[in-house]
Amino acid sequence: MSSPLSREDVAHLASLARISLSVAELDRLGAELPAILDHVAAVQGVVESAGADVAPMSHPAPITNVFRADEPSPGLSRDDALAGAPASEEDRFLVPKILGEEA
Amino acid sequence: MSTQTKTPLVPFDEALTRYEPVMGLEVHVELGTNTKMFCGCATEFGAEPNTQVCPVCLGLPGALPVVNAKAVESAIRIGLALNCEIAEWCRFARKNYFYPDQPKNFQTSQYDEPIAFDGYTDVEVDGEVYRIEIERAHMEEDTGKSLHVGGATGRIHGADHSLLDYNRAGIPLIEIVTRTIEVPGDKAPLVARAYVNQLRDLMVALGVSDARMDQGSLRADVNLSLRPAGTTALGTRSETKNVNSFRSVERAVRYEVGRHAGILDAGQKVVQETRHFHESDGTTSPGREKSDAEDYRYFPEPDLAPVAPSRAWVEELRGTLPEPPSERRKRLQAEWDFSDLDMRDTIGAGALELVAATVAAGAAPQAARKWWLGELARRSNDTGVDLADLPITPEQVAGIQALIDAGRLNDKLARDVFDGVLAGEGTPEEVVASRGLELVSDDGALGEAVDQAIAANPDVADKIRDGKVQAAGALIGAVMKQMRGQADAGRVRELILERLS
Repeated sequence: MSSPLSREDVAHLASLARISLSVAELDRLGAELPAILDHVAAVQGVVESAGADVAPMSHPAPITNVFRADEPSPGLSRDDALAGAPASEEDRFLVPKILGEEA
Repeated sequence: MSTQTKTPLVPFDEALTRYEPVMGLEVHVELGTNTKMFCGCATEFGAEPNTQVCPVCLGLPGALPVVNAKAVESAIRIGLALNCEIAEWCRFARKNYFYPDQPKNFQTSQYDEPIAFDGYTDVEVDGEVYRIEIERAHMEEDTGKSLHVGGATGRIHGADHSLLDYNRAGIPLIEIVTRTIEVPGDKAPLVARAYVNQLRDLMVALGVSDARMDQGSLRADVNLSLRPAGTTALGTRSETKNVNSFRSVERAVRYEVGRHAGILDAGQKVVQETRHFHESDGTTSPGREKSDAEDYRYFPEPDLAPVAPSRAWVEELRGTLPEPPSERRKRLQAEWDFSDLDMRDTIGAGALELVAATVAAGAAPQAARKWWLGELARRSNDTGVDLADLPITPEQVAGIQALIDAGRLNDKLARDVFDGVLAGEGTPEEVVASRGLELVSDDGALGEAVDQAIAANPDVADKIRDGKVQAAGALIGAVMKQMRGQADAGRVRELILERLS
């Protein structure tokens, strides 16, 4: 198994994912995450052994050009759109202040 | 935030004695499709908030996107018009970031497989042609609109919370990215402006977007760095956003050259950051600092199939392209019989397509040029609104010229008609009627004024009787004054000479 991720690397990943982690959690995940990386590396190994003849897929079906015509279709009513929002104001979604850390 | 101490702004010309600017321009074009990029929501500008949304563009769980065929077609046509290669196979990618303007927590974009790449377009400044190389043009989607509440006047800093309208989220965007642009420093601001202007003209000619900078359907980011004159390594760049007019593109380049020069002169380092342009005073201020935290973790979009335009389709679309800009300039100059200088000024003012549309609406080329480069350019400068965004259409300009040609207006009255049309008072005909601007040419009213002028200026009248016809000017002036400029000067002259010969 790969060596543990550093505390800094895990903290960086956590901040990208907006997850707050304690130091203990950073250390625990630093030890556990390599298992996932190893798993992905195994898939990578299959890709490499298959060689250039087998292109990696990003979509489960071997299809291209799935388009729709540029014709409007009904969406949600405004009430339905806002129904799931924790808060709304002036017919808009209300969100906490942006850039709180900078203001 | 930047911890840099403020260094003085170096005058543009002085900065160029020591440094060379290197630019890159990123332009976003909002396509004029009927529906969004990945869902069937309508795209009308100015609709009530959150009335053009659905589970796909709101990022609700389980919603699946489907690509808008028209948007792909437009992307290919834009690529071809910019002399790009069109990818035989490409994918969308997720650009991951947490920001409420994009409810999915990622923007569907393209990463290392843009649909169009390796192109160019030739712009003309002061009669010189500059080739702008296009690195790529890729498909993506627009974000929602934020309204920042609390704090000062809707600014993001100090806001208590923000309100989001997702009508715009998911509208198709094409991002067009240049390679670095290295032109003589004194030309850089004008080349940047000419390029953005040319993109607008191209988008309108392609019919893919209304490309209005003032409404945000064409948006430019100006990346700029300086390096010591005669060196080749690139300096650290700033990325200026919020540049909402052609004129502002030019000003942003000028300002950033001066700002960077001040920092470098002081021996400090330019911070790589996003900056915001301010229309009011032409300055920029720091936005987000670009750092390692800006890690978008792009990966191929698993919900969308790859796009693989057949060569037959691409060639079919190539057949629909408008005339290339450089050929169009040559053809129009010949058709209009413009001198090189006339043409250069017309292009420099960003008025080429406006003149073309005015001529198409029936005006003589020189008359069209005169109004756009004279009266209207002056108003554009006074108000800071680009010519193309002035609230007057080429058809209306042609309409005013038609009234002049018909003898119903003179140039002075025409200026009042321009005032009225620009103030939103209606069509030229309506303004003429409501403001009572029609030229008086009926002999009854004019004859009376002529008789009064002759009576009030017997000396002048005698001179004319003696054959000094050029003295008639004084009497014409007197009549014009009495008629508040609304007299047909040609007819007044005839009446004076009839009476005094």
